[in-house]
Amino acid sequence: MEGLNGADMVFVIFSAALVMLMVPGLALFYGGMVKSKNVLSTTLHSYAALVVISVQWIFIGYSLAFGPDKFGFIGGLDWSFLNNVGFQANPTYSSTIPHLLFVIFQMMFAAITAAVISGAFAERMRFPAFILFILLWTTFIYDPIAHWVWSGSGWLKQLGVLDFAGGNVVEINSGVSGLVAAIVLGKRKRTKPDPHHVPMAILGGGILWFGWFGFNAGSALAINGVAVNAFLTTNTSAAAGAIAFVACEWVINKKPTTLGTISGAIAGLVAITQGAGYVTPLSAFFIGLVGGAISFFAIAMMKSKLGYDDALDAFGCHGVAGIWGAIATAIFATTKVNPAGANGLLYGNFNLLKVHLISIGACALYAAVGTFAILKFINLFAKLRTVPEEESSGLDIALHGEAAYNIYNR
Amino acid sequence: MSEVMTKVDIITSPNKLDDLIDALNKIGITGMTVSNVLGCGVQKGHTEYYRGMPVDIKLLSKVKIEIVISEVPVDLLVDTVKSILHSGNIGDGKIFVYDVKNVIRISNGDEGSEALK
Repeated sequence: MEGLNGADMVFVIFSAALVMLMVPGLALFYGGMVKSKNVLSTTLHSYAALVVISVQWIFIGYSLAFGPDKFGFIGGLDWSFLNNVGFQANPTYSSTIPHLLFVIFQMMFAAITAAVISGAFAERMRFPAFILFILLWTTFIYDPIAHWVWSGSGWLKQLGVLDFAGGNVVEINSGVSGLVAAIVLGKRKRTKPDPHHVPMAILGGGILWFGWFGFNAGSALAINGVAVNAFLTTNTSAAAGAIAFVACEWVINKKPTTLGTISGAIAGLVAITQGAGYVTPLSAFFIGLVGGAISFFAIAMMKSKLGYDDALDAFGCHGVAGIWGAIATAIFATTKVNPAGANGLLYGNFNLLKVHLISIGACALYAAVGTFAILKFINLFAKLRTVPEEESSGLDIALHGEAAYNIYNR
Repeated sequence: MSEVMTKVDIITSPNKLDDLIDALNKIGITGMTVSNVLGCGVQKGHTEYYRGMPVDIKLLSKVKIEIVISEVPVDLLVDTVKSILHSGNIGDGKIFVYDVKNVIRISNGDEGSEALK
């Protein structure tokens, strides 16, 4: 087919599979951090998000996010059920890969974003309400924001926002939505961290780091210099984030931990998501350091000070590091790395920072208000929160009739 | 040995363990041994589902809390435990009370009720 590039297609299709792998990775990461009586419920949140969105995306989600523009706000339903979406390239998004491959790649982003939110309300949400929430949230919050930032005529794209792999669309969006959901659902009876399987969480985090190469490098949509740059900035920021987080732990708590190492790496990965294809690897080192450090303070201090029960730190990790990532991109972006990008504050351009601050505010506000409205709406038909008896016996048995660990011979 | 020492075993479901420990701490009991056990009494168990098939589970996960007291009155301990764990349904659990002949603290050789302080 004209214009299609085999190497680019291989790269993007493989990257899409890598992003999908982040769902099992996240399931393990979150699962290991909850009590054993809730591990299956927590795991199911991630997979259910993938399942629901795999269908919603090809029905209406892709069209709403990337379809022909309506007022810079939404894509409309012209491309529902993949109508007019085929194997020819769509030059708005990429000239060298089939349109349908772009659909696939973006679908995995939508899925993982929804899964991230579930960490905020772990151990206390009823399942029917959860499924409804995922469906409504992805349709009314994720798809519009993706449209604003990534579709050809989205209003934030038009404003000049640079979001390489989803600092706004994925990280700030899910982080803020998670925070609101955590507050609406209320605190658990016991909020003391009680990870039942730390190695599981570490493995999950490691898989996330691996998958993030597909998430960031793949967002170049071609196997080129920008993709290579994105791979390196991603890895560098992850390492720097781990260093910063552990340094904070070491100084303040006197003990460097494995969970801290991987959490810092994740914070670094979050922070670089927005700028992976726009900043230099050395800038990525600094971005990761700051991302890891502020994530530490958000998780270790801000959360207990302000009193919200963001159980698995969806906001502390994704929201906070994501906001930094958006600002950092506006500082460190350079056209030397990506001619299709722009220059940031460090290179004398103040406009990008202004535009990114608007973007952060708009996405955060819309995500917050929208999540609140959706939860209140669902509450009219289905209870959001589990009852104390269910929380006592554990959601795995109470909601799903399943026990994770049958280690006793019975 | 100057005072009577009593051992109290509590077998109950794990759900209320945290609440129970908090209540025990409040009446001055901080030392205890907790084990994960399997058990059944009159309670028949519950049903779990694996790929659509129901499975009856007979032996259920329980916790066993073992406490040895001397100064704290046994009645106070029993009443505290009952107030936390009582629901009126089967599955609340049982309390067993025994006499203790001697207690020795290994680190310094204290015996009797001194070893419990």
